Formats: sequence, structure tokens, C-alpha cells
Amino acid sequence: MKDLLDIAPLGRAGIETLLDLTDHFVEVNARTIRKVPALRGRTIVSLFYEDSTRTRLSFETAAKRLGADVMTFSVSSSSVAKGESLRDTVKTIDAFGVDAFVVRHSSAGAPHMVARWTDASVVNGGDGWHAHPTQALLDAYTIRSRRGRLDGCRIAIVGDVLHSRVARSNVEAFGLLGAEITLVAPPTLLPPAVSTWPVRVAHHIDHVLDDIDVCYLLRMQLERQAQGLVPSLREYTSCFGLTADRHRRLGPEALVMHPGPLNRGVEISQEAADAPNSVITQQVAHGVSVRMAVLFRLLGSGQQIEAVSEDL
Amino acid sequence: MAERERRGNPPYGGSFVARTRVMNREDLIRAIRRMAHEIIERNQGLADVVLIGLQTGGVAIAGQVADDLADIEGSEVPLGKLDVAFYRDDIGIRPVLPEEVTDIPFDIDNRTVVLVDDVLYTGRTIRAALDALGDYGRPRSVQLAVVVDRGHRELPIRPDYVGKNLPTRRDELVDVHADGVDLGEIVK
Repeated sequence: MKDLLDIAPLGRAGIETLLDLTDHFVEVNARTIRKVPALRGRTIVSLFYEDSTRTRLSFETAAKRLGADVMTFSVSSSSVAKGESLRDTVKTIDAFGVDAFVVRHSSAGAPHMVARWTDASVVNGGDGWHAHPTQALLDAYTIRSRRGRLDGCRIAIVGDVLHSRVARSNVEAFGLLGAEITLVAPPTLLPPAVSTWPVRVAHHIDHVLDDIDVCYLLRMQLERQAQGLVPSLREYTSCFGLTADRHRRLGPEALVMHPGPLNRGVEISQEAADAPNSVITQQVAHGVSVRMAVLFRLLGSGQQIEAVSEDL
Repeated sequence: MAERERRGNPPYGGSFVARTRVMNREDLIRAIRRMAHEIIERNQGLADVVLIGLQTGGVAIAGQVADDLADIEGSEVPLGKLDVAFYRDDIGIRPVLPEEVTDIPFDIDNRTVVLVDDVLYTGRTIRAALDALGDYGRPRSVQLAVVVDRGHRELPIRPDYVGKNLPTRRDELVDVHADGVDLGEIVK
């Protein structure tokens, strides 16, 4: 495995190998010295063409805790501002001698292009509306760590599925791990191809609340209202927000999840976000461990890695 | 066990075929019992002694040593397990995948740590274990107990407690399991 661009090629076995590996890095991150020398001397570049604080910091923390060196590339202070193409930027950085690129881009497929231009490993850190595989892995890990397994787990993904790479990757990952997924969104915020996905669809959060183990809320991007996709944020909240009342109905066993950043009072209420069954901060903490597992798997396991994964 | 799993399965290739049983079940139990006595003798009791088994083959052995120590001295010693995969010097050369998660649920500062493994061979695993221990604390001393020392050291490392010294060829393999110790080779 050279790159991690998407969830589907991993298959169930590949996902489970990464989640098992994550257990080891959770242990490392619980120590006083949160660092192992596994990727000492390797160089990892974060190539972020889109604003992101948490994903970039999470990847860079992961790389540093594996002992790797980190180079940060941000568009605003680079020659991209002078008009350099993505390909030329990648070729230039590649010439420094790097082992992995972590790529975030607003265009779907950009990381796949980068992977064709370099022999280094490429990790998709989020591309357009397409995919965000490490987010899906950390979400799956968080559910697994609380519930033991995802098989038969009833998960509702609520909100703007249409514009969400998180939703796409999570549907793939949760589905491969055997969960039952329901998408809850207004018809204007569902992709046209949703009928071909292995999911059920509901158009009001009240229709699913009594029958779910996980309530996964997507961020409501505030500019969607301006595009006329939702009549108003208040109306969105009234049909799709996890209000305090709905959170009580959900029960103490069901998990509340959100990829962040939160719009408190829109898709999630204060009470729900800070409740004991909210695992939102665990998601962030597990993000570092999962990304350590991904980087270690790509860079740390030697040439014969495929033979190992077949055997597992 | 660890060595067999690590070397005996793909991608290392082939499967392990035992040729000679060099220790039977009773030999193994007696050797571990003797090492327990030696640990007590060397440390003049078990004050501040902790046992850490190396994943995966050393874990079961460490458990047996701990049982023997409790039986002889009447007190329990803290027992942990350590996976050294992230500290190995062959990361990126050979496929390195950790097995069980490290679990050291006690403080090792100023303790005497007895590392326990099934087979001592090149010494590289122990080198990695010493590096790993440094990230958990600063032991007063570290000692090494192994069931079989098969020679062929590549680093200046020696065991403190040995169940059996077993001369081997490099292409042979030593398998320590519950019913004894086998010497054999990998058949591709």
C-alpha cells in the first residue's frame, strides 16, 4: 500500500488492520513521553490548499510523535500565490527528498493526481466533496472503542450530506464494517446518487431518534442558506438539529458525534455537545492516533507489506 | 513463540517444522522455576522487582516466572508486557507490525526491571526493548531472563538468567511453547 486516498480500496480487512494498529498508538499517546522513533529520518510534507487547523495539526502531531520531520506548505505564503501549478509544486517539493505528502485540496481527485506525480506516499487529507478517509477511520475507531464493534450498529448521519466528504467516507467505512446507516437530510442536501448507496434515508431527525446507537451530526455550512438549499437556519435546526429535548430522547447509551468545528445552536445544542455520551473530544484525540497508524502503515512497514496484509 | 510467529509466517515465508525436542514440558517448568530462584537470590528478595514480558513469546513465560516468584516468596510482583515494534532497527526494511498492545500498569522509576523473553538470538529485540523502557521511566537496573540462549549475538548484550544454552545454526529456529522447546527449521 503506497497511498491512502480513499476508504473503499482498504476493504474491511484493511480498515481493521489500521484500527488494530491504532490501539498501539493510543497507548503511546497515553504515556508521559508520547513519542516513538519508528519513522526517524523520514520527511512528511503537509500540502494544504484549503484552510484547516485541526486536520493539519493532527497530521503534524502524528508525524512528530513517530519521530518524522515535518515540512508545512501553506498556500498563502508560497509560490502558488505567484501562479505555480499543483504539479510543479509537487515536483519541486519531491526534489527535496520527501517520504510522504498529506494533501488537502478543494478539488476532488487532487490527491490522486499528486500520487501519480510522485513516488512518495500520499495521504488524502480531504479533497473537495469527495473523501476524507482519515476522518472516517478515526470515527470508526471512536465507535469501536466505545461499543466494541460496528457490526449491526445503527448510525444516523444527519445534515448536509451533499457537500460532505466526511459523510461519503464515513458511509463507506461504516458500511464495510457492518453498520446500518441512515442519512437524515432535506432532499436538497442529498446527492442525486444516494439511491445507489447502501443506506436508508429519512427527512426528519425525529423519525430516527428512537432507533439509533450513534447520532453523527455534520457541520451545517452557514453559506448553504444563501444558496437557497435550506430556507433558514432556524428551520434547519427545527428539523435536523440535535436540540436538548431530542438529546434527552436519544438516551444515555447512544453516542453523539461531530467532525467539528461545531455550530452550537444550529446542528447541535450546548447540552448535547457537552453531555457524557458526546464523544466529540475523543474523536479529536483518536485522530492523532489513527493518523500515526496510517503514516506508520505507509512508511514504516517495509517493502513486503502486501504479503503481511494478505496474511492478516 | 514470538520468534516462530515472526519468522515462521509469511512474509518471512515457509512454515516451521520441528526436528528435535530439546526440552520437554518438565524441563521447561524446572528451568523457569530455577530462574525464579536466581532472580530472588540475585536481588536478595523481590523488593522493587518488576517483570516485563516481551511480546509475544516472553509474555507467557513472564507469567510463569511471576507465578513461581509468588509461590516461593509469597508476594506478587508487578507484571507487564512490552511490544518493541516501534523501536526496532529494521523498520522500513522488513515488515514490522506490532502484535499485542504494550501494558505496563506501574511505575518503573528506580525499580529493578527483569525483562523476560523466550529466545535470545541477535540481541536486537533487547536493544529495542532497552530503548522503549527509557520512554516509560528510569529503572535502577535492568536484568534479562530468557528460556533459551541460542547464540549468534550481533550486539553486546548478555542475559542474566538463562533456562538453557543451546548451540544453533543460523538457519535453524527455536520454538518455545507450553509443552517444551523444539529445534527445527523453516521449510519453504
